[in-house]
Amino acid sequence: MARSNDPIWWSLFSAGGVVAAFFMPVTILLTVIIVPAGWLPAEDLRQLAGHPLTRLYLFVLISLPMFHWAHRFRYVAVDLGFKRISSILPIVCYGTALVVTLLALFYLATF
Amino acid sequence: MAASETDQPEATIPLEVFRYRPEQGDEPTFEHYDVPYREDWVVLDALNHVKDQIDGTLSYRWSCRMGVCGSCGMMVNGEPKLTCAAFLRDYYPEVIRVEPLNYFPVIRDLVINMDDFLHKLTEVKAWLVPKEEKPVSQGEYLQTPAELAHYKQFSMCINCMLCYSACPVYGQHPEFLGPAAIALAQRYNLDSRDGAADARADVIFSDEGIWDCTFVGDCTRVCPKNVDPAGAIQQAKVAATKDWYRSVLVPWGNK
Amino acid sequence: MSDNTTGTKTKEYIRPMPANWWMMKKTFVLFIVRELTCVFVGGYALFLLVLVARRDQPEAFAAWLNSPLLIVLQIIALPMLLYHSITWINLTPKVMVVWRGEERVSPLLIAGANYVAWAIISIVILSISCP
Repeated sequence: MARSNDPIWWSLFSAGGVVAAFFMPVTILLTVIIVPAGWLPAEDLRQLAGHPLTRLYLFVLISLPMFHWAHRFRYVAVDLGFKRISSILPIVCYGTALVVTLLALFYLATF
Repeated sequence: MAASETDQPEATIPLEVFRYRPEQGDEPTFEHYDVPYREDWVVLDALNHVKDQIDGTLSYRWSCRMGVCGSCGMMVNGEPKLTCAAFLRDYYPEVIRVEPLNYFPVIRDLVINMDDFLHKLTEVKAWLVPKEEKPVSQGEYLQTPAELAHYKQFSMCINCMLCYSACPVYGQHPEFLGPAAIALAQRYNLDSRDGAADARADVIFSDEGIWDCTFVGDCTRVCPKNVDPAGAIQQAKVAATKDWYRSVLVPWGNK
Repeated sequence: MSDNTTGTKTKEYIRPMPANWWMMKKTFVLFIVRELTCVFVGGYALFLLVLVARRDQPEAFAAWLNSPLLIVLQIIALPMLLYHSITWINLTPKVMVVWRGEERVSPLLIAGANYVAWAIISIVILSISCP
């Protein structure tokens, strides 16, 4: 048997899991209630989003969780019985994560 | 069995037992037996009563009857259990359904074919391969208590296969190495006397090895010896990942 | 096939695994729910991607944040993300094993430290965003 190349996806999945676990709940608090309720103006958040460190934060918060979704979803789909698509699933899932990563890079790297 | 002092009818508990006799037909059946209910009896006692007093044709495996040999694993009300450790009083007065261990082919009645598991034990080299062979005259392989502690939990495995019957991945993908085989590979990989971690890596770091595992965790839940095979597999994933990055980033290093 | 004592083989019975295997046991249902939280993780990441794409358009940015449909979706996503965080932190001690001599550092301590870190990080993010 050959040593698998899964570690690359598993390490991205793990990093994405950590990022999602620690940073998503507080971020969604901002976007689901704090801004819509008017406690923080949307414009303030938009200005904050322009700061270089915030852009890095957002890039990490978009890219890594997408790889987390990709790896986990690819496996749970097979667990749920979608065996017929099991060979194209990795391409679709990791491919989507890659595309989203590139888009995030595009939107965040331009000034 | 001592006769009771009073003339009260004996309490009984119903059993529904999976029967498969290939010489009698292709389909399995369930047979109903009412066995005496005793506070201190386990399901194995009930099966032994069936075989001794009611139906001698019932086939099943057992040995030590005290939870150390790993022979008597069966499904009890849908849960993988050692029948010598499943007390009737935890089910009384409801019916107890006894079936062969999940995800293994049934040879007869409650007896399953475990060839796949045994084969996997040899694949992962579930034995000590000393780092350096030394003759008996040079004495024992020495180990500190701290070194022992690192693998001791995984050495508690009694090869009962309850973890395989709890693992939905193994149920769907029989090529998966499975919880016990990987936990035992880790038991030897973490043993300071052992030198075969790299040889085992080719087997356990494969797609049919640790990477089929999705950390359902039921293997750890049903293990009667607290081996925590799920934990062993996750630790192996970390080791495999470190190994992979090292081979990619430092390809000229020692393999 | 099994060999019996006369050297002939008997037919083994293979029990099929039902397609709804994951509904048959509570631990399996919770497992699938835990895994499917990844859909909400990915979904929220996409939400952020669109938000980021509208960084230069103040009105579109605010509209995305004030959309009732998206708020409802986030209200559904929030408990899912919390379930991801809790199950993730609780499983961390299984992956991150720390030895001190002959003893393992208590899994409760490792999980506890992660919960404290989660709380601190959240407070810090909130303070930065809402001065």
